[in-house]
Amino acid sequence: MTLFPLILLFPVLGLAINAILGRRVSVKVTGSIASAAVFLSFLTALGGLRALLALPESERVIIYRLWDWISAGSLHVDLALRLDPLSALMTLVVTGVGFLIHVYSIGYMSHDRDYPRFFIYLNLFMFSMLTLVTGSNFLVLFVGWEGVGLCSYLLIGFWFDKMFTPTMSNSSAGKKAFIVNRIGDFGFLLALFLIFKYFGSLDFDSVFTTALHHPAPRAAMTAIGLLLLLGATGKSAQIPLFVWLPDAMAGPTPVSALIHAATMVTAGVYMVARSHVLYALAPTALSTVAIIGGLTAFFAATIAVTQNDIKKVLAYSTVSQLGYMFLGLGSAAFSAGLFHVMTHAFFKALLFLGAGSVIHALREEQDIRNMGGLRKKLPLTFATFAIATLAIAGMPGLSGFFSKDEILAAAFQNGPRWLWAMGVITAGLTSFYMFRLLFLTFFGKSRVAPEKESKIHESPKVMTVPLMILAVLSVIGGWIGLPPVMGPNLLANFLAPAFEGLHHIEGFGQHGHLSHSAEWILMGVSTVMALTGFILAWILFIKPSELGSRLTAERGSFYRLLEDKYRIDEIYDAVIIRPLAWLSQQLWRIVDEMIIDGLVNFSGLLVRVGGEVVRIFQTGYVQTYAFFMVLGLLAILLKLVF
Amino acid sequence: MINLNAAIIVALLLFGIGTLGFLIRRNAIVVFMSVELMLNAVNLLLVTFSRIRVDLDGQVMAFFVMAVAAAEAAVGLAIIIAVFRKMRNIDLDKASLLRS
Repeated sequence: MTLFPLILLFPVLGLAINAILGRRVSVKVTGSIASAAVFLSFLTALGGLRALLALPESERVIIYRLWDWISAGSLHVDLALRLDPLSALMTLVVTGVGFLIHVYSIGYMSHDRDYPRFFIYLNLFMFSMLTLVTGSNFLVLFVGWEGVGLCSYLLIGFWFDKMFTPTMSNSSAGKKAFIVNRIGDFGFLLALFLIFKYFGSLDFDSVFTTALHHPAPRAAMTAIGLLLLLGATGKSAQIPLFVWLPDAMAGPTPVSALIHAATMVTAGVYMVARSHVLYALAPTALSTVAIIGGLTAFFAATIAVTQNDIKKVLAYSTVSQLGYMFLGLGSAAFSAGLFHVMTHAFFKALLFLGAGSVIHALREEQDIRNMGGLRKKLPLTFATFAIATLAIAGMPGLSGFFSKDEILAAAFQNGPRWLWAMGVITAGLTSFYMFRLLFLTFFGKSRVAPEKESKIHESPKVMTVPLMILAVLSVIGGWIGLPPVMGPNLLANFLAPAFEGLHHIEGFGQHGHLSHSAEWILMGVSTVMALTGFILAWILFIKPSELGSRLTAERGSFYRLLEDKYRIDEIYDAVIIRPLAWLSQQLWRIVDEMIIDGLVNFSGLLVRVGGEVVRIFQTGYVQTYAFFMVLGLLAILLKLVF
Repeated sequence: MINLNAAIIVALLLFGIGTLGFLIRRNAIVVFMSVELMLNAVNLLLVTFSRIRVDLDGQVMAFFVMAVAAAEAAVGLAIIIAVFRKMRNIDLDKASLLRS
């Protein structure tokens, strides 16, 4: 499979062709070119997978050295791609889900006159994301990392002339995402500097080998782990940097599905999993990953319970599910985290695309209070959305159940019990808010504005077929990672060579296996939580009952706090943004205007005053000049005589 | 024998009067005459030293000065006449057309 690097070339070709064609061709042609480019990448990824599987398990790493990139002193960085089980999984998910979303976009963007720009950005995103997951050293990864950040910014602000909320324009939502990510990237960069300082390289293989044999001091290892985690919290929307993701919903819905649910936001998970050796050597950093993940999962889920914007619910749900992934990574179950990346990509992309289908049908209506009863009008969307809801809620047999269960089992086994409990409660919350969303959108009486009611129509095939494919994947996607009591965990076995380095670390992850009964009990607990959430949502939103109407009518102060997202944005505004803005103002007024401008103006003033003084002597009268000449001559004379 | 001191003093006086006239008078003709006065003061010195040193170079130099002075007078007077025609007076301070 020497052609594997072509995986990066196809999206670039696609965007180049679309950039040249521009608006001369219809949205169908533009979209098909973009989709075909991604499909070719998907085929390449499949080829890569086949090449890997043909190798013996211990040799499943292929490095493609394209060329020397940087060579300065002791720093050597190659532009090289790495094909191993980890990157194979990521490329398959990225290109597979990416392709379906590209196809869906052809339908979704058919009414938009700016479609070439949209597909160009999408292809650019695919290129960056593939660079991120295939790079064979931290610097190439970082280039992709920044590239996806740029595309995210461009696509959030795609409709830059429109407002997202009454107080926030789409472009400022984009800027918010970019700036918050910048904070994380800063941590990431510092981590790279530390890695280079202690291990003398940025290449994955040599860094991890060096780290295993000559680890850096404990404090440095922890610092590297925490700084990498800071980078991951930015990109993957974890506490404390999750605030950008809900506002990223300003972008078109396929973008939310592709970038802000299925692929880009999992880059942090990928990066932590890729750096598993560094984390295994820094237990403090690893448990921080788990704690951050658990807390984020729980808090984001509580916010999601009260949101009324269909995309906002899904956005907080994404934050929460990403928290699960970090909980899995932090519990030393790296393959479980990646398993959830994959299943989440399926069902969350499906949920977003379904939401997009609803929004499309209702002409840009996003408030679930103005929906309801859409089950009959949008049967396909409803069916697929319901499957995704069952999957994310963790109903037994569907994909979300297996991945979530594997994470919770790992948390139970390796982490503190309270984190596991938090994860279990979150599972119940997830089920509750997802069914709330499903019931309010598709069940009950229609609350759609009458003038929109008559125009509701099911989306075209180009949009519903990707929904159906994703629905199938949401159901069966979990079967490749069965828990030990049910069968072989194919995914974990496939990924095992990528995490082989962990076996060289003494006392890591050696907590034995859970007994079969413990596993069954854990699965039972998750199922009970999922059903509880479902029943609660049923009572509150479907079955007309006194309790239900009283609970929904009363909006206590805690409810309002949740509705306001814990007022985190306001807290950040008061604690960070305003002091920073104040400081910048002062720096501008004092340092810039007074000191720097003052110096420049002072030198100008000096010349001007000097000019004014000399001007006095330049009267323009010949006789004055002659007078000074005589004075000068006299002075010379005096000097000569005495 | 010529009294050297007397000659120098006369030359100095002439030069001084010429300079002063050049600096303070406003009438172009008078200024012009002051310049001639200064030139002739120098001529006087040249001739005097030439006699004392028995060297003709100084006197040759004096002739040159006279020739230049004559040329200068020709050009200068022409300019003054032109100025007078244009402005109806020859006050140097009023000839300020080129001043911004």
